[in-house]
Amino acid sequence: MHNIYLFIIVTALMTYAMRVLPLTLIRKPIRSRFVRSFLFYVPYVTLAVMTFPAIIEATNVKIAGVAALLIGIIMAWKGQSLIMVAASCSLVVLLVELL
Amino acid sequence: MVNPIGNTKSGISTVNTGEFLAGVKDGLPIGLGYFAVAFSLGIAARNAGLTVFQGFLTSLLCNASAGQYAFFTQIAAGASLVEVAILTLVTNARYLLMGCAMSQKLKPGVSFLHRLGMGLDVTDELFGIEIARPGYLNPFYAYGAMLGSAPFWATGTAVGIIVGNLLPMRIVSALSVALYGMFLAVIIPPIRTNKVIGGCVIISFAASYLAGILPYLAELSSGNKTILLTVAISAAAGWLFPIKEENENA
Repeated sequence: MHNIYLFIIVTALMTYAMRVLPLTLIRKPIRSRFVRSFLFYVPYVTLAVMTFPAIIEATNVKIAGVAALLIGIIMAWKGQSLIMVAASCSLVVLLVELL
Repeated sequence: MVNPIGNTKSGISTVNTGEFLAGVKDGLPIGLGYFAVAFSLGIAARNAGLTVFQGFLTSLLCNASAGQYAFFTQIAAGASLVEVAILTLVTNARYLLMGCAMSQKLKPGVSFLHRLGMGLDVTDELFGIEIARPGYLNPFYAYGAMLGSAPFWATGTAVGIIVGNLLPMRIVSALSVALYGMFLAVIIPPIRTNKVIGGCVIISFAASYLAGILPYLAELSSGNKTILLTVAISAAAGWLFPIKEENENA
C-alpha cells in the first residue's frame, strides 16, 4: 500500500484520457451522415441501457424499483424537471419499502 | 429560444455567467444523488484499506462510479499497476463514446483550453444534462454543472469511509434510484416527438435485461455491456433511421 498514490494518479489519468481525447481530437462537425446519426442515438441508448434493469436492482425490494421506474417514466413524460423526476422516484421507493 | 453560444475572446460575459449559474442549478440535484452513490463507494474504498483522504482524492480526480468501484476492488485484491490501468480504461470506455457525442455539441471555435477543461468531468449524469441543452453547449454551463455536482461526489466518498454503514439501508435504497430518475428525465421526453428514440429506449431496456441473463454476455462487466449494447443499438438505429440533415450548410 506504500505506493497507493501512484495507483490513484494512474487511474485518474486513464479516466481523464477517455474523457478528453474525443473532445480535443474531434474539433470539427463530423460529415458522415451515419456517424452523426450514430452519435445522435448514443446518449439515449447508453442512458437507457444503464437505467434498466439497474433501477430495479438498486432497491432493497424489487417492486420498489419497478414502482420508481413507472413513476419516473410518467413524470418525465409529463415534462417534469430533472429534480422532480428524481425526487418522485426516491419518494416512491421510500413509501413502497415502508409498506 | 436563445441559442447558447460558445465562449468568445471577450472573456466572462453575461451570457457565460448565466450559463454557469444554470449549470450549477442543474448540477446540484445531480450532486445530491451523487452523495448517496459516493457514500456506498466510500464503503468499498474503506474495504480496500484506503484512508479518508485517499478515498476523497480518488473521487475528486476520477468522478467515475463504475471505474472507481473497479479500482477499489482491484486495490483490495492487490492488483498490479498495469492491471489497474487497463481495467480503468475498459470500465471508463463509455466516456469515449460520450466524448465523441459531446464534441458535436460544441461550437467548432471552442478553444483547446476549454476542451481540456470540459474533459475534466464527463459523467453519465453530466453528459445527460449537457446533451439535453438546446443548441451548442457553452463550456461555462459544463463548468457550473461540475461545480454543482463533483464536490458532493468527493465528500460523499469521504463520509462513506468515515461512517460506513451507519446510514439506514432504507434511505440509501431510496437515494440510489434518484440517479436513474434523472436518466429517465433525459431519455423519456424526446420520445413524444421522435418515435425512433422511443424504439431505441425500449430495445435498449430489453437488450440490457437480456445481456444480464444470457450466457457469455452476463459474464461481462457492466461497463463493457454498456459499451457493447450502446454501439450495437446506436449503429443499427443510425443505419436504419439516419437523422435529417437540417443544418447541412451551417
